[in-house]
Amino acid sequence: MGLSSTTTGDTQVIAVNCDRIDAAMAIQFKEDMRRVTEAKAKRVILDLSVFEFIDSSGLGAIVASMKQLDDGCRLDLAGLHPVVEKVFRLTRMDTVFKLFASLEDAVAAD
Amino acid sequence: MTPTQKADCMDLTFSATEVQASSGIAYLSACLAEQGLQADRVGDVRIALAEAVNNIVEHAYSGVDAADIQVNCRLRKNTLDIEIIDTGQPMPGTKIPEAKAASVETARQDLPEGGFGWFLIRQLTSDVVYEREAGVNRLVLSFDFAEMS
Repeated sequence: MGLSSTTTGDTQVIAVNCDRIDAAMAIQFKEDMRRVTEAKAKRVILDLSVFEFIDSSGLGAIVASMKQLDDGCRLDLAGLHPVVEKVFRLTRMDTVFKLFASLEDAVAAD
Repeated sequence: MTPTQKADCMDLTFSATEVQASSGIAYLSACLAEQGLQADRVGDVRIALAEAVNNIVEHAYSGVDAADIQVNCRLRKNTLDIEIIDTGQPMPGTKIPEAKAASVETARQDLPEGGFGWFLIRQLTSDVVYEREAGVNRLVLSFDFAEMS
């Protein structure tokens, strides 16, 4: 599915290059995230702004991606479309992840 | 990849694979938006529809030859009924599973990675009806937009 990654200092920004994450892509996503986070940054920001949709498999894949990070590493999410944010809110995963309206906001929050 | 179009854009039949289901759901959501359903409501419908269809792909057709999933949408002024038909296995006990919210107040390693499907469907619909007859599963998701504000 293609993830692109940029690391600045302790922060790694990962962008996803497809318009949705759902059951068809969830397993691949988790594997790609494992590979791209091997560098072990202290903070990972996942830029979801290209996602127009997510289902519970996609949500599960993001949760699984966080669980495979080291304990000291934080996974924050940025640029959530309203429907994507709603899935996080309804499942209360908005209390587990820090959600930012945009990548700029996430980077600025540090 | 292209969903088979039936009578009109609100009735769709696609084969029960994750990829076909994903494009079918995206297509129906776009149709509902075209018919004038507002964006946040289209989003709610899409989430519920995706969960219902994924359950069919993953469970009803698990271990049996996957066939088709038929989705019929009936959009009226303030309501939408989506009928979803498959010929897979019945739901366990021939009833809709309970919708329990998985707790997120737990250690990172214990966070749930699944089990959200029926919870999301229940949260987003005003009614859900399931019937099993003559080897056919029929699920109707109802949305009352007047009530849901």
